[in-house]
Amino acid sequence: MLKGVYNWIDERLDITPMWRDVADHEVPEHVNPAHHFSAFVYCFGGLTFFITVIQILSGMFLTMYFVPDIINAYKSVDYLQHKVAFGGIVRGMHHWGASLVIVMMFLHTLRVFFTGSYKAPREMNWVVGMLIFFIMLGLGFTGYLLPWDNKAYFATKVGIQIAESVPYIGTYIKELMQGGEIVGAETLTRFFAIHVFFLPGALLALLAAHFFMIRKQGISGPL
Amino acid sequence: MAHGHKSNEKVVFVGDSRVRKKTKTGPSVPPDYSSYPGKSEAFIPNFLLKEWMVGVVVLVGFLVLTISEAAPLGYPADPTNAAFIPMPDWYFLFLYQFLKLQYVSKDYVVLGTVGVPGIAFGALLLAPFLDTGKERRFYRRPITSLLMIMALVSCFWLTKQSWDHYQHELEITNTIPEHILREEKAEEAAKKAAESGGGGEAAEVEVPLVDKDDPAVELTKKAQCVACHGADLKGNESSGIPSFHGIGDEYSKEDLVDIVTNGKNNMPPFKDKLTAEEIDQLATWLAKQKKPE
Repeated sequence: MLKGVYNWIDERLDITPMWRDVADHEVPEHVNPAHHFSAFVYCFGGLTFFITVIQILSGMFLTMYFVPDIINAYKSVDYLQHKVAFGGIVRGMHHWGASLVIVMMFLHTLRVFFTGSYKAPREMNWVVGMLIFFIMLGLGFTGYLLPWDNKAYFATKVGIQIAESVPYIGTYIKELMQGGEIVGAETLTRFFAIHVFFLPGALLALLAAHFFMIRKQGISGPL
Repeated sequence: MAHGHKSNEKVVFVGDSRVRKKTKTGPSVPPDYSSYPGKSEAFIPNFLLKEWMVGVVVLVGFLVLTISEAAPLGYPADPTNAAFIPMPDWYFLFLYQFLKLQYVSKDYVVLGTVGVPGIAFGALLLAPFLDTGKERRFYRRPITSLLMIMALVSCFWLTKQSWDHYQHELEITNTIPEHILREEKAEEAAKKAAESGGGGEAAEVEVPLVDKDDPAVELTKKAQCVACHGADLKGNESSGIPSFHGIGDEYSKEDLVDIVTNGKNNMPPFKDKLTAEEIDQLATWLAKQKKPE
């Protein structure tokens, strides 16, 4: 039955080469933790992606309850945390996952750095990876404000103050981030939009480029 | 780099990658498993199952953390709260602490916000173009590795400094972080509700002021109590400023005289602003502030 469906689609779209590209490629021994235990360091990239998927899924569920305005944001998070069934768990996954994704990405970056895997011909992939790193930090910064408690509010205020100290364009950056004169209602909607639409969009595009390049170039050889 | 290229190989790659060197002859043949030595295997399902084993270990740890530690939530943002100690998330702490160093703050802040981080992150971003040698092993390229290790050590050190500084600040201002305070209060309220047999969580009952027309109320304005404890005298829970409503349940008149006279925690002494009689009058009134039976 499944085979029949596959063949039916394959006849029309010729998906076998695509499947070959995605799934049926060789993974060398030196990155396989089943053969060399120390090869688990090669898993950090995959784990970063795994946690990113968790972040996207849990974030999608959070937006079902979150209200991005200064009166209801805190109340909606409070409601989600304490009243909604498993709301605390979903929010917990998103909160701790945000830290974990940074940890995993950090370890992945170190692995790539110390194995010299960023060297020719993989320079572009390293640059894209660093851009992903910055996007992740941006997601962390914008997501921090959303619960609209004191910690969120004052951290954002300080963060924007720091951005303001950039010469010449500082005040423009500040206004762009705040969306007005103060950290307030417009800042919250802005950060929400950036956190939920802009940065994830950029992240997915960069991830696609990251994976495409890995497939094209293969994993770096053993040292 | 463990394997060189033999001239009779079907496909020749650039370095150790799977990017094919352009050859003039022959059709493009997809690279096969034999281009890597050892026991290579297919990505799906063979390898992915093994990587998934590592993933499962991480996932279990992650879920245990999620279930045992609730995500923190403080009190609603209050821009007038002057006592709050701002803290970014932990992965920004190194940068936050860095900006407190002498030569990258105040007059030199541009060096701290743009200069040093710009160079550091710029170098990281462009690492492949700065470190262009063919050698991949880290111990054979000591400059690159040392720079990275130094950067790592400074980041860890700054993060620890920042955290210690925060803990110290909490201690000297006698502050409990809001999300912990809030959780404790919620637990207490739940316990109280369970004891009194009342169902539900509406344990917070508004306590009215006793003797609202007492002349002592005028004293709260004169002595500027209202500046911190609020015009409604309800204090500011998130800053640790107590409410006057029901304060008589917590302190005796003697305690209150002492607190007003000599101050407590962040509260300044009022012995210079009020006379002893006034303090006595105020404390008498405050001691009357008890919850209605």
